[in-house]
Amino acid sequence: MSKEDKYDNATLNKNESKGAKTLFEKIWEKHIVKTIKGGPSVMYIDKHFIHEVTSPQAFKGIEKRGMKVFRPQQVVATADHNVPTVNQHLPIKDELSRLQVQQLIENCKNHHIELYGLGHPFQGIVHVIGPELGITQPGMTIVCGDSHTSTHGAFGSIAFGIGTSEVEMAFASQCVMQSKPKLMRINIEGKLNKAVVSKDIILYIIAQISASGATGYFVEYAGSAIRELSMEARMTICNMSIEMGARGGLIAPDDTTFDYIKGRKFAPGAAQWDLKLAEWKKLYSDKDAVFDKEINIAAASIPPMITYGTNPGLGIAITGITPVIESIPDEGERKNIIKALQYMGLEAGKPLLGMPVQHIFIGSCTNSRIEDLRLVASVIKGKRKNDNVHVMIVPGSQQVAMQVKAEGLDKIFTEAGFQIRQAGCSACLGMNEDKIPAGEYCISTSNRNFEGRQGAGARTLLASPLTAAAAAITGVVTDIRDFLR
Amino acid sequence: MQAFTVLTSTFIPLPIENVDTDQIIPARFLKATTKDGFGKNLFRDWRYENDDESKHRAGFVLNQPEYKGAILVAGKNFGCGSSREHAAWSILDAGINVVVSSFFADIFKNNALNNGVLPITVSDEFLQKIFRENNNSLLTVNLQEQTIIINRTGESEHFDINDYKKTCLLNGYDDIDYLLSIKDDIINFENQTA
Repeated sequence: MSKEDKYDNATLNKNESKGAKTLFEKIWEKHIVKTIKGGPSVMYIDKHFIHEVTSPQAFKGIEKRGMKVFRPQQVVATADHNVPTVNQHLPIKDELSRLQVQQLIENCKNHHIELYGLGHPFQGIVHVIGPELGITQPGMTIVCGDSHTSTHGAFGSIAFGIGTSEVEMAFASQCVMQSKPKLMRINIEGKLNKAVVSKDIILYIIAQISASGATGYFVEYAGSAIRELSMEARMTICNMSIEMGARGGLIAPDDTTFDYIKGRKFAPGAAQWDLKLAEWKKLYSDKDAVFDKEINIAAASIPPMITYGTNPGLGIAITGITPVIESIPDEGERKNIIKALQYMGLEAGKPLLGMPVQHIFIGSCTNSRIEDLRLVASVIKGKRKNDNVHVMIVPGSQQVAMQVKAEGLDKIFTEAGFQIRQAGCSACLGMNEDKIPAGEYCISTSNRNFEGRQGAGARTLLASPLTAAAAAITGVVTDIRDFLR
Repeated sequence: MQAFTVLTSTFIPLPIENVDTDQIIPARFLKATTKDGFGKNLFRDWRYENDDESKHRAGFVLNQPEYKGAILVAGKNFGCGSSREHAAWSILDAGINVVVSSFFADIFKNNALNNGVLPITVSDEFLQKIFRENNNSLLTVNLQEQTIIINRTGESEHFDINDYKKTCLLNGYDDIDYLLSIKDDIINFENQTA
């Protein structure tokens, strides 16, 4: 019999009795309107991000009830999932995509919601623009009809993906219904190895605990290695929390967080700053706070990573080999891996290093921020891509694209033969025309390697921007450490 | 939302683990602005070769006419990945009202419940028992009693669901009805925290 549906307040009570609280609990408690006996809690939402794909049915739902959006000032919209990444100034060619984007424009107009649509200087991937505009702030509750909403947790907020029914709830009441999740802390202590970046950290964690290892949990990432990371790098980690099943991930805000936010478009102004800062500085897990589960990882044990399979948990060190089937004890797991290797066209017990790839995709809400693109530029400067690969680089937002130009990174990319496209989700999910052809391999900085994710039959190898950059030049799966030598 | 009480049906076995929502409904079919018509693209890329509707993959269960019913039985970690509620809509639109697995991804489970599709978590052992049944075998799901029964053998298992969601499903209520009923509490909350 399963226990997962049981509403469990054990952790909360344990911590309350000692007066100690986790970061999650501090934010959670401030946002619960009420708790239903034997059921979920009503959670108040500070910021609700929406996009064209998961919102239209929710707008229709409240309109059917004759309602308007309850708190439109707390909703921010953009078009990202389904937009073309070339010629964004022209009408969208695909009729269904055009209608969906048009619907978003009309819905936002009817309900007085701020829309950063195509052509707007703030348009971009929803999880890139929220932070870069200073909308995402510590201590907030944030939802969006997209599972990678966990990205915003990097600022010390409770941020999680919701379905369209919940988008409708948030429209109707600025609340969603949530059962309190179990709490997990993952501590990463020590210094990272050379050429290991945050994408490697999260791919390593997921490979350790599996694609369902954190289901039912909200995860706090902590430890000295996390503290050392930039905000962009922290976002990459929180972004992929859902890939191990977690409802969300978060990191306690610190000076790195505050410095990042200060001065951004919608950050608190000078008059409010000190007050906000004092509040934000209270957002950390108390020393004695108890978690339902803790995992400790030594930073030094994390290598550059790559995935070989069809879920993000199927990752190995870049120098590793695919699993030897006979060595997998669990029958279900054995079947999964055989199926995954078959789809990927790979053999068991073999290395990936040196294997030719045909596509490189640098983009997505995981790795399309300015720091990611700087990393790529830093290792490919003055080099030319391999003739057999097609390299697509898709900045996460118009702001990132402008920054790329301002820093002259566009020249480095163009000279390398990379194709720079316009902001959007693009080949991460293959909803628009940016798709990887069936049977071909793509090293992708995105977050999912599911069957057909990047196009029917496409074969995705998830990796860091550095590993993707190295493969762009060599045309094969490459150890970035050898490449840099 | 349709109310759910008792259902007896044959089942569709899908003994695959980590079935993600990209398999349930691929992203290229998410361009619609209504909730209807997703059923025909349920498991699209497992049903057809190269996206060609004339080329059925004979090995896939939905292409085998002997397997049908309103209950889908799948391996653990069903519904992982994207939050797309289109996954739940496509399952419902294909005539499936219950999904049984030994483990569900969180967002999918919520989405299913919000659409009157009942996700039932059973033990791995019970799941394997169901998989060993043939295509004529009936399962009975009783929400009030919180039981799932293999009719042929009479073996049953209790499943968990929180009282609130159970009441919602039994009566066809949705969360928005509830949230609208406590609008005053929400406004009070806003005033207190402002």
